[in-house]
Amino acid sequence: MGKNAICRVVDITKFFPGVVALKNVSLDIRKGEIHGIIGENGAGKSTLMNILAGVYQPEEGHIEFDGKTVNFKDPREAQDTGVAMIYQELSLSRSMSVAENIFQGRMLKNKIGLINRKKMFSECRKYLKNLGVDYIDPKILVKNLSVSQMQLVEITKAVHLNSKLLIMDEPTSSLTSGEISFLMKIMRALKNEGVSILFITHKLEEIIEITDRITVLRDGRLIETLNMKDATINQMVSLMVGRDFEKIVHRQFIKDYSNKEVVLEVRDLNYENKVKEASFKLFKGEVLGLTGLVGAGRTELLQCIFGVDRISSGAVLVNDKPVKIKHPADAIKLGMGMIPEGRKEQGMFLKLTVKDNMTMVHLKQLAGRLTFIKKKRQRDIAKKYVDELAIKTPSLEQIAENLSGGNQQKTIIARWIMHEPQIFFLDEPTHGIDVGAKAEIYHFIDDLAKSGVSVILLSSELPEVLTMCDRIMVMHHGEIKGILSHKEADQVKIMKLIIEDKEKSA
Amino acid sequence: MSSSGESNKKIKALFEKPEINVLIALLVLCIGLSFASPYFLTAKNIVNVLRQFSLIAILAVGQALIIVTGGIDLSVGSVVGFTACFGAAVARWGAPPGITLLSILAMGAVVGLANGMLVTKIGIAPFIATLGMMSIARGFSLLITMGVPIHVDPTWISVFGGGYVGIFPVSVITMLVIVGAGFVLANNTTLGRNVYAVGNSEQAAKFSGIRVDRVKIMVFTITGVLASICGLILIGQLEGADAFYGNGYELDVIAAAVIGGMSLSGGEGNLLGILVGAALMGVLKNAFVLLAVPGYWQVVATGVVIIGAVSLDSLRRKRTAR
Ligand SMILES: Nc1ncnc2c1ncn2[C@@H]1O[C@H](COP(=O)(O)OP(=O)(O)OP(=O)(O)O)[C@@H](O)[C@H]1O
Ligand SMILES: [Mg+2]
Repeated sequence: MGKNAICRVVDITKFFPGVVALKNVSLDIRKGEIHGIIGENGAGKSTLMNILAGVYQPEEGHIEFDGKTVNFKDPREAQDTGVAMIYQELSLSRSMSVAENIFQGRMLKNKIGLINRKKMFSECRKYLKNLGVDYIDPKILVKNLSVSQMQLVEITKAVHLNSKLLIMDEPTSSLTSGEISFLMKIMRALKNEGVSILFITHKLEEIIEITDRITVLRDGRLIETLNMKDATINQMVSLMVGRDFEKIVHRQFIKDYSNKEVVLEVRDLNYENKVKEASFKLFKGEVLGLTGLVGAGRTELLQCIFGVDRISSGAVLVNDKPVKIKHPADAIKLGMGMIPEGRKEQGMFLKLTVKDNMTMVHLKQLAGRLTFIKKKRQRDIAKKYVDELAIKTPSLEQIAENLSGGNQQKTIIARWIMHEPQIFFLDEPTHGIDVGAKAEIYHFIDDLAKSGVSVILLSSELPEVLTMCDRIMVMHHGEIKGILSHKEADQVKIMKLIIEDKEKSA
Repeated sequence: MSSSGESNKKIKALFEKPEINVLIALLVLCIGLSFASPYFLTAKNIVNVLRQFSLIAILAVGQALIIVTGGIDLSVGSVVGFTACFGAAVARWGAPPGITLLSILAMGAVVGLANGMLVTKIGIAPFIATLGMMSIARGFSLLITMGVPIHVDPTWISVFGGGYVGIFPVSVITMLVIVGAGFVLANNTTLGRNVYAVGNSEQAAKFSGIRVDRVKIMVFTITGVLASICGLILIGQLEGADAFYGNGYELDVIAAAVIGGMSLSGGEGNLLGILVGAALMGVLKNAFVLLAVPGYWQVVATGVVIIGAVSLDSLRRKRTAR
């Protein structure tokens, strides 16, 4: 089998201070295969990929590429050899254009060595078109794109490097189902051209759909590499988790709303042209789903209510009283909480410790008189949630940047849960979270709802919305298209609400 | 065996901290100097050095807080001069010492507040806003004094500049108190942690309910007040005020903060580091005098030390990033 391997990972070991990230990992990647890598948060997936892409150097072991032993000093060298990577955290330059990002480090020049913008834009347009995302303007600055568009730019950038091995670290985590099936089409096409793809995801359905073989990592060790044909979801999960796995929650959905209190009411809310005349009610103890396509204005709606953006017009009532929320601090005082969609930009304090990250919202409550923080209480509460959410970190003093992506997300979740909000907005809370932790978070949401907390769960994953929500609100083009009760909702009805609009506007 | 590994790790972690490396450099410099010049370790010289860098250290506390939020304040030196001249004018005009003291501090707060407002409400980059303020404040000092130093008769508020407790100048004690308070503020109060949060990500801070503008205004105001305290110290020390007090301090202050481990990109750094940074700068200046280094070379050497300290730090970062 060694013959048709494009890349061989031989006995790799990698340490970080206080952490063994990888221990004696060996793996063959065949030519033209799509190879899935799965494992819990912090299992070492990203670390292994970063080694392949030249970001990290291993302590022991080596890599063979195309039959030759290689030792990538940096990502550029890996790219030149034929390895390109789409990183888990977006790594675009925010104030540069799409084209400049796609050609980063290899800008097209004219005869006298100056950058040839015109050619770059037209080439870039071609690339975007190849991937069918030519609705993204090459000239637009990256910071003006949505997270999913950024992801698509990132993918375009990696694909056009003409690599032999393409590494995708959770590329689907911020894409909608439409965009994902689209991405899979691209992946298949690349595979037919003989490109090998390493594909990381926490969504096992995607693994089943697209991969040829899968490798399971747990605690930095390679547990098994198996053919997709022979694998089942249950098997994958138990290999990943290493123990019996508690099944998904079964919620007691609210059937009778007649005597439920309204905790939040929104009337005719407008925000620029992104949210139009939105009106809805949120009841005590319910989980209200919010779904639709990316760009439907869902995030904007929640952020307006939460005071991140200023509403253009409309009214917000909390417990029947009209309120003016000008800043998230006001919203928090009214008992609201929000897990934002952009983990890196809007969520994490990357250079602060895990403890600081977890307690940032709750800090005032942890301070005694004279605002001195009670350090012991702070440590205790942080410790409690590290244990409860099984956040993988060598200590509370670990710098948050060094946590794996999923564990960073759990840190943000802990930040809010400890503050016990009464109205809780969750914007894609399970992004990048492994199956076990996902189930745990579902349990948390369920417990919160049972204890009377009202939750709005914004999610593009219909199965998630369908298993978790008492009612489901569908948005499209800034408008609320309808609200379905759990009983009547299914994928078809939801899609219909979205599509009806398309027909109308077409 | 394992416990020695554990403590090894701790020691290693200690060396990862920039302020510890600078502390070692400082100690080495001190030991070297004690051999090179018998005068170095005399009580008189030590007190002298402490007094020299105390102003820089006081200002660096505010500067460090601003740097942590991701900003910078170029106006500190001018504000020292301005508040000193303003205070001297108030005293000369016949105000009782208590009023003089309060008006100096209030003026410092006002200038700092103005910096903060320019940065947050108008949205000018801190570098530019405080560059403008630097010139405005210096200009007012000149207008107040008309270029002639103002003499101030010693009163009880001169204690801050000229007084002693035992052999220690009050200004040195003030410095220690302020650095200590700054450290506690940064680490043990909500405001302090919010400062770090803002420096890490303004957006994430906002989502966490932190009023970013207020935090920034606060650190600029604190810095303004600290600058006025330095103005007060100078009045006491030199029995008067001159428009050129504090000239060029901003560079020493920023250097002390950066040498002490504050990262100019914000969000990290230990407040105690600045004490070490300021001390290193102070001892170095003292070394130049004791070793009779020609004046022009002193200027070059100061620059070399700043670049050297910061390069060491960024090399260390690069290594740990692997
Ligand atoms: N730069 C670093 N410094 C210190 N520790 C690190 C660093 N990068 C990763 N780690 C640690 O190494 C382990 C593996 O992390 P890695 O990012 O590879 O996990 P992952 O499998 O990609 O997880 P996720 O699914 O959450 O993205 C984790 O325990 C993490 O905390
Ligand atoms: Mg990862």
